[in-house]
Amino acid sequence: MPAVQETIEQVKEIDVDKYKYGFVTDIEMELAPKGLSEDIVRFISAKKEEPEWMLEWRLDAYRRWRTMEEPTWARVDYPKIDFEDLYYYAAPKSSPGPKSLDEVDPELLETYKKLGIPLNEQAVLAGVEGARVAVDAVFDSVSVVTTFKDELAKSGVIFCSISEAVREHPELVKKYLGSVVPSTDNFYATLNAAVFSDGSFVYIPKGVRCPMELSTYFRINEEKTGQFERTLIIAEEGSYVSYLEGCTAPMRDENQLHAAVVELVTLDDAEIKYSTVQNWYPGDAEGKGGIYNFVTKRGDCRGKNSKISWTQVETGSAITWKYPSCILRGENSRGEFYSIAISNGKQQVDSGTKMIHLGKNSSSRIISKGISAGRSQNTYRGLVSAHRKAAGARNFTQCDSLLIGDQCGAHTVPYIESKNSTAVFEHEATTSKISDDQMFYCQQRGMSDEEAIALIVNGFVRDVIQQLPMEFMAETQKLIGISLEGSVG
Amino acid sequence: MLEIKNLHANVDGNEILRGINLTIKPGEVHAIMGPNGSGKSTLSYVLAGKDDYEITEGEILFKGENLLEMSPDERAAAGVFLAFQYPIEIPGVATMTFLRTAMNAQRKARGEAELNTPDFMKIVKQKASELKVSPEMLKRPLNVGFSGGEKKRNEIMQMALLEPSLCVLDETDSGLDIDALRVVSDGVNALRSPERSMLVITHYQRLLDHIIPDVVHVMSAGKIVKSGGKELALELEENGYADYVNAA
Repeated sequence: MPAVQETIEQVKEIDVDKYKYGFVTDIEMELAPKGLSEDIVRFISAKKEEPEWMLEWRLDAYRRWRTMEEPTWARVDYPKIDFEDLYYYAAPKSSPGPKSLDEVDPELLETYKKLGIPLNEQAVLAGVEGARVAVDAVFDSVSVVTTFKDELAKSGVIFCSISEAVREHPELVKKYLGSVVPSTDNFYATLNAAVFSDGSFVYIPKGVRCPMELSTYFRINEEKTGQFERTLIIAEEGSYVSYLEGCTAPMRDENQLHAAVVELVTLDDAEIKYSTVQNWYPGDAEGKGGIYNFVTKRGDCRGKNSKISWTQVETGSAITWKYPSCILRGENSRGEFYSIAISNGKQQVDSGTKMIHLGKNSSSRIISKGISAGRSQNTYRGLVSAHRKAAGARNFTQCDSLLIGDQCGAHTVPYIESKNSTAVFEHEATTSKISDDQMFYCQQRGMSDEEAIALIVNGFVRDVIQQLPMEFMAETQKLIGISLEGSVG
Repeated sequence: MLEIKNLHANVDGNEILRGINLTIKPGEVHAIMGPNGSGKSTLSYVLAGKDDYEITEGEILFKGENLLEMSPDERAAAGVFLAFQYPIEIPGVATMTFLRTAMNAQRKARGEAELNTPDFMKIVKQKASELKVSPEMLKRPLNVGFSGGEKKRNEIMQMALLEPSLCVLDETDSGLDIDALRVVSDGVNALRSPERSMLVITHYQRLLDHIIPDVVHVMSAGKIVKSGGKELALELEENGYADYVNAA
């Protein structure tokens, strides 16, 4: 694992605070007035030049949200969020919507360059910049640029911001938006439906294997601003797409809210592979600042033999509340969830998945690796259920927790419900600690504390790392080392 | 190379080492024999810098430096190697990955450049074949599911790769059959050189038939109670430790 060495190098380069994406972009922004009201919803809708039906959908959600209560069942603890003290729309003045690359504010391009996000198509094609990936870059509430759109269009693939899709492809949006996560789903999903700002829209036509990786990169910059991303991916019959999501935010003393909704739909024989590397600012070692990440992600395997695979690497955020799930509706459909959740400092993670088996012979697999260090709390919460018609449903779940130090916590809360006697569900769970003997053995061979921990943890998460797209494996191994910096001693 | 002076060490308040004096010169191989519980393994851990031991008196000089002030990884980079009696398992970490991380960590600590992949592979393949370590074993997670013989061969292979100047072998013969003992001993003997010293800890004479020591020490109740040439080991094999245990 050559990455281990580099990890240590990187850790050393980072200043007192280890979060390397913590810089702020100084750019003129347009903000909606603080607080939430019907007027704000109208303001956002108008900014995005949305049709009337979209506005109505938002307003319905808004009215419903007003009657809802924040959920409290997760094992996380934080002061009550004042939803009236937030900005719900923030956009760089220069970039109210996606443009072609040469029209984008250089300050924004510089930001993404610093983050290591390849936006320059020529450089990507020439192999100068990173992997061959098409990127949708979302800055606070708006998508600032989407690369390789034209190239993708040649294969019939639509890849654009959701705002653009609402205007340009209303028939698809109307048909699928809210069809997996209804606007009434839960407190945060409903809030998102009312005020969602930007996110990506992907449509893969019948029989097409998307010619490149697609990726959206979310950046929260503005203070006291909520980011409400909304992503919708549709894979028609027999199609395939691999999609990656990345996230960072500046270091700020206040908490910032991120409440996203992601909906995936696969029709017959289609497959979506959705990978996330979540590296929002986690707050400092004392728990000050950091992102509150309340996310609803759900995929619907609507067609027979369809497949949805979630892979997530969660290292950031002060609070993570996130359960990427699969509704296995189609016969023979398959859902997968591979997760690495790392918590350090005072981070709190409550994350897991739901595999809802409706179709005959549907199958699912869950591999969850939780790593807790510092004074963090890390909970796996998962549901596996079989409907009475889901004959032959199968699930395999493996939940492993690793503890570093003696002030953190790991918790596993599995829910298993079967209404069909032919369903077979297996659940395995382990909890372990990095032993003093393992540390000493590595040190005796010349490794420092940090090198030893990075090596042992990378071994622990190996099964999941292998599920990531090639180009993100090395990146993730480094990230793991950095996230656990300062976890011993 | 190594000078241990009046070394006293406690574990949980119990004194295990009670005044060890030992000097090993470059190129020498010393054997320490003694009954169970005499403090042999404790001495090896104290040399390597394990946490659980409290040094109450005495000092250890390694190449003239105060070893007790160095952290375990600093000692490793300075050239102290401990072949463990019970090598530790690290799930998910391929043996090859472990070797590479260890070698590069030491090189870096000494201010040397890291090995590139082709060079590293070449060295590992050569050392592995000398110790009959299969390429398949190099891919398996470190020590996980290894047989006793595989674990010990892996220890000696690491020793060969890291090229330490002081090798401490803690009961390397335990759990080995005759054939494995030969492979391991050949591996150790191949590493003998005028610049390298070894401290071989064992219960039994049979290892010393293969790795012939310059000096043999008998340890009992935390002290070295007798030192002699290689013939001392034979005498112990004959008469047992009883005399020395009683003497201590």
